[in-house]
Amino acid sequence: MSEKQFKTINFTLNGKRVSTSVDVRESLSDMLRDDFGLTSVKKGCEVGECGACTVLVNGEVFASCIFLAIWVDGKDVLTVEGLVDVDGNISDIQQAFIDETAVQCGFCTPGFIMSAEHLLRTGKRYTRDELRKELSGNMCRCTGYQNIINAVEKAMNARLAKAGKE
Amino acid sequence: MYDINHIYEAKSVEDAVRLRMEQPQATIIAGGSDLLISIRAGDLAGCDLISIYMIDELRGVSLDDDGTIRIGSLTSFAALTKDDIIQKHVPVLGEAADKVGGPQIRNIGTIGGNTCNGVTSADTASTLMAYDAIIELTGSEGKRLVPIEEFYLGAKKVDLRPDEIQTAILIRPESYQGYEGYYYKYAMRGAMDIATSGCSVNVKLSEDKKTIVDARICYGVAGPIPMRTRSAEQAVKGLPVSKETVEAFAAGALQDVNPRTSWRATKEFRLHIQGELARRCLTESINRAGGVWS
Repeated sequence: MSEKQFKTINFTLNGKRVSTSVDVRESLSDMLRDDFGLTSVKKGCEVGECGACTVLVNGEVFASCIFLAIWVDGKDVLTVEGLVDVDGNISDIQQAFIDETAVQCGFCTPGFIMSAEHLLRTGKRYTRDELRKELSGNMCRCTGYQNIINAVEKAMNARLAKAGKE
Repeated sequence: MYDINHIYEAKSVEDAVRLRMEQPQATIIAGGSDLLISIRAGDLAGCDLISIYMIDELRGVSLDDDGTIRIGSLTSFAALTKDDIIQKHVPVLGEAADKVGGPQIRNIGTIGGNTCNGVTSADTASTLMAYDAIIELTGSEGKRLVPIEEFYLGAKKVDLRPDEIQTAILIRPESYQGYEGYYYKYAMRGAMDIATSGCSVNVKLSEDKKTIVDARICYGVAGPIPMRTRSAEQAVKGLPVSKETVEAFAAGALQDVNPRTSWRATKEFRLHIQGELARRCLTESINRAGGVWS
């Protein structure tokens, strides 16, 4: 590996404009964890299969372990840390995961939360089968998925009700 | 940190072509969902890369004046599935793209990468080949158009010259107008899997919907590259829409395929499912085209 090669990139991270000098060889998950301390971004498989590193880039789900950090230049990145409100309260999806016991070891949880956040932002009503398909890029080796689907469905129903769709 | 020697970032197509000529040793990286994994595994450790990912002009689907569908090579699988032009004219291509990996991969991976890495299991490749897609390559002397069947030279080998990048995939109006298609991915899991075999069929029926005017079929993982089975196509042209025609189609397909035994499946098993895929895909394509069965 050759000497360090840095590039300055500007992007929006959890709602704030940031500018940073990043090694061009870093993955997005490397940068978020090591340079910004956002350790909700988990490194599970590091080959884009487990979904533990899922973040939103311009509102869409991305596996940050197989995406170069330099590619978020000019884009909008959201991690679980960006879901808390100004008073530090956790989001409705996070609370639903707690209420439905959708967490055991917790390693996959931030990735699931971000995938769920993307789904709920669409404002669509998903069937349980559709939720399974949309969450198929996230793996959990503890829960058997049932409670995760329950939690996402619960948060979805609550948001839709609040938006006056029910 | 990836074991990359140097990354050259292209800001435009011209820039990419220049970098291709200046850095002949470098590998093109689009979305990177295959390449970064190879680098991590050590297969490409220490490589030089030309990143074309930030060239936004290569994203999106548009319709040319003559009705040609133009798919920018950096269009992601997810963007392809959601695109209005694709949904209206070749919905099967959007459906095939929706079978790739999982949601996170479908936002990262590109249709250009899916074809340029020359892999037989690529979910969009069989449908593109079944629609006689044209690959647009841009090099130092301008654009070059290559039919997708000629673009594939062998396993992991494509007709991409040292000064070129792939800039678009085209589907001509005569290739899609009046056709309805269906893609079936046979894999061990419903998501996050590579096809054991895949099959894309499309069909054009007569006005009374009782006769097959034209049928095209392309397999993934029936050989080292995506494979059209012309014996099947010729066997059913002009035949009535019937169970017997579907059987003739499957029999024709099995004359041409040549799958191998790999750790994913044996040759015998692949042959079995390939016959069944031809039946199912033709049947579903006919139904989508409003076929009247006799």
